[in-house]
Amino acid sequence: MEPSSMERKLFYQVLTRKITVLIVVISFLPLMVTTGTLFYRFNLTYSEKIQAHISELVQRHSQDIDTFLLEKLGNIRCLAHQLETTQQTTKVFLQNHLELLKKEYRDVFTDLGLVNKNGIQFAYEGPFKLENANYIDAQWFKKAINRPFYISDVFAGLRGHPHFIIAVKIQSKGFDYILRSTINFTAFNSLVENIHIGKTGIAFIINSEGELQTQTNVGLKQSIIASMVDRNCYKNNETVFAKKKDALGNKYLCVTSMLKNIDWVMVFRQDLNDAFRDLWKIQLLTLVIFLLGCIVILFVSFTLPRSIVKLISQADTKSEAMNKQVVESGKLATIGELAAGIAHEINNPVAIMVEEAGWIEDLLEEEDLKQCENLDEFTRALKQINTQGKRCKEITHKLLSFARKTDSTVKDVQINDAIKEMVTLTGHMARYNNVIIETNFSEGIPYIQISSTELQQVILNLINNAIDAMEKTGGTIIIKTKISTIEKNHLVVSIEDNGPGIPKDNLDRIFDPFFTTKAVGKGTGLGLSICYGIIQKMGGKLDVHSQVGIGTKFRIWIPFQKDYIENKENESESKNKGELT
Amino acid sequence: MKKIKLLLVDDEKPFLDTITKRLEKRELYVSAVYSGKEALVELENNKNIEVVVLDVKMPGMDGIETLTEIKKSFPLVEVIMLTGHATVETAIDGMKVGAFDYLMKPCDIDTLVTKVNDAMEKKRKHDEKIIEARMKEISGRMV
Repeated sequence: MEPSSMERKLFYQVLTRKITVLIVVISFLPLMVTTGTLFYRFNLTYSEKIQAHISELVQRHSQDIDTFLLEKLGNIRCLAHQLETTQQTTKVFLQNHLELLKKEYRDVFTDLGLVNKNGIQFAYEGPFKLENANYIDAQWFKKAINRPFYISDVFAGLRGHPHFIIAVKIQSKGFDYILRSTINFTAFNSLVENIHIGKTGIAFIINSEGELQTQTNVGLKQSIIASMVDRNCYKNNETVFAKKKDALGNKYLCVTSMLKNIDWVMVFRQDLNDAFRDLWKIQLLTLVIFLLGCIVILFVSFTLPRSIVKLISQADTKSEAMNKQVVESGKLATIGELAAGIAHEINNPVAIMVEEAGWIEDLLEEEDLKQCENLDEFTRALKQINTQGKRCKEITHKLLSFARKTDSTVKDVQINDAIKEMVTLTGHMARYNNVIIETNFSEGIPYIQISSTELQQVILNLINNAIDAMEKTGGTIIIKTKISTIEKNHLVVSIEDNGPGIPKDNLDRIFDPFFTTKAVGKGTGLGLSICYGIIQKMGGKLDVHSQVGIGTKFRIWIPFQKDYIENKENESESKNKGELT
Repeated sequence: MKKIKLLLVDDEKPFLDTITKRLEKRELYVSAVYSGKEALVELENNKNIEVVVLDVKMPGMDGIETLTEIKKSFPLVEVIMLTGHATVETAIDGMKVGAFDYLMKPCDIDTLVTKVNDAMEKKRKHDEKIIEARMKEISGRMV
């Protein structure tokens, strides 16, 4: 491969790479910055929102529970006060008031009972037969006896049924005893159970020992539950939000809130995956869009530069070819001017030489040199000078005609007729050289606007060349005209001979001025170069195909205006119509 | 026949000198000048000049300009253009302005002489016609 084309290829590669990098950089940077920023901000905001939402939920529920407990405690305390002053028997009192409470709060209160300081429940009203039950060893009793009121943890109790007790100490008639009420665990439990968020969001309450105070169907071990709550971190009744990891490595949210009236902690637990599912869905979506964007950018950044560079290289090639053509025609023009200048300068000295020779001739006639033995030689030499002077003149005139403007008046030319004329003109010479000229003209070739003299000069030149080439052997010249099927709106004249052909080395140079293979003095080497110039001026082109031993084919392409055909058609149509009517 | 009075105009002195000698040898009365201006002066001084052979390409006043001047001042003098170019245009231009004919350099001396003779004949005929016309006019007046 040529070094220049290698360089060019390299240049295109570098260009492609540069454009690719540029596209990638200026597309990726904004995309990444925008997506990144949005992603980060959205994440932050959404997390905060979820956190706030869950915290609020937990807080509200813990407040609800607080209120619930406070209310129930209030009920019992109120009852206790009434008991101190009532005239009714305890049995009737309890019966009446349990009925009242049940009416008011439905099944929240299960039973009511009075326990003396020895732990004996001496009065009881409720669905169970718990009269004279002994609570002396019960945990709640031990605690309740020393306080004005007490809410117990949830425990199985004597009946093995989970429940908890609200106990209020009463001092009446010098005796200490306790009014206790069992709170329906189910009613309480439902308060907490209602909290359900997502699939894994559950809430429960644990006491100071970390024991579950609500019924939850979470398969959580006691130790795990206990580890969830760090009691040291509560100040006042803040809600604490934390992200933790369990033994299996699952991440979860843990929101805890202290209850006010009792040493219980409300815990909300949800798997992180579940809590942030929507967020992660959006994150995934963002990621997918981002990746798709990346793919599109990459695709574009690899295909676009390629097609751009391809276009550039095509344009380069075109302009190179144009440049070549411009240089070629420039060369022709320069050579033409140069030739004209030289021809003109040479013309005068040659004229003088010829005149001087003529003058000597004149003088020789006058002198009496009959005896001079060299007279014949003198005459011969002078004749030779004259002849050579005329040869010079011919060359200079040809050179001048190369540069000069011939009759270049443009008019409508029917190319077939113009060629026919030339064939007739060269017919004699062709016959003399045993050359047959055949013509094959297509009908309906449009008129073209060119200088017919110039075209004829070209045709004549090509025919003469062909005849010269087949001087010794004889042969056939075929001249064809037709409308080109290759070039749009062009007509083609091909002049084909079956002579010896042109060797490949010469083929590249035959349009160069002064290139000739003819014997010295026979050709100037300007013929084809003039032809080339003329055809180019017409906007057409001249090319040659040749194979040694087979023949040579010159083709002339001349453009015509499309409407010429149409015009002609219209004319003939109207003519036909005219005939018809 | 009367000797033809010829004026040669060319800036190329050696050419002019030789051709003068050769033409003189062929029984022509030749005067030679080297520029268009000199030609006009010579024509002014020498009213007998019948034919001018004028080179087209000269420094200063060129052939066509000189020809125009000559035709303006001396319309009866015939002019043969001598061109170095093979330019038909120049020849046509010359003819349009009034040249009798044109020749390409280097030219055959005999061709030149023939052309000069033709020009001279045309001029003499022309002159004769003028004289005839005058005579007619004069005779007409007399009648």
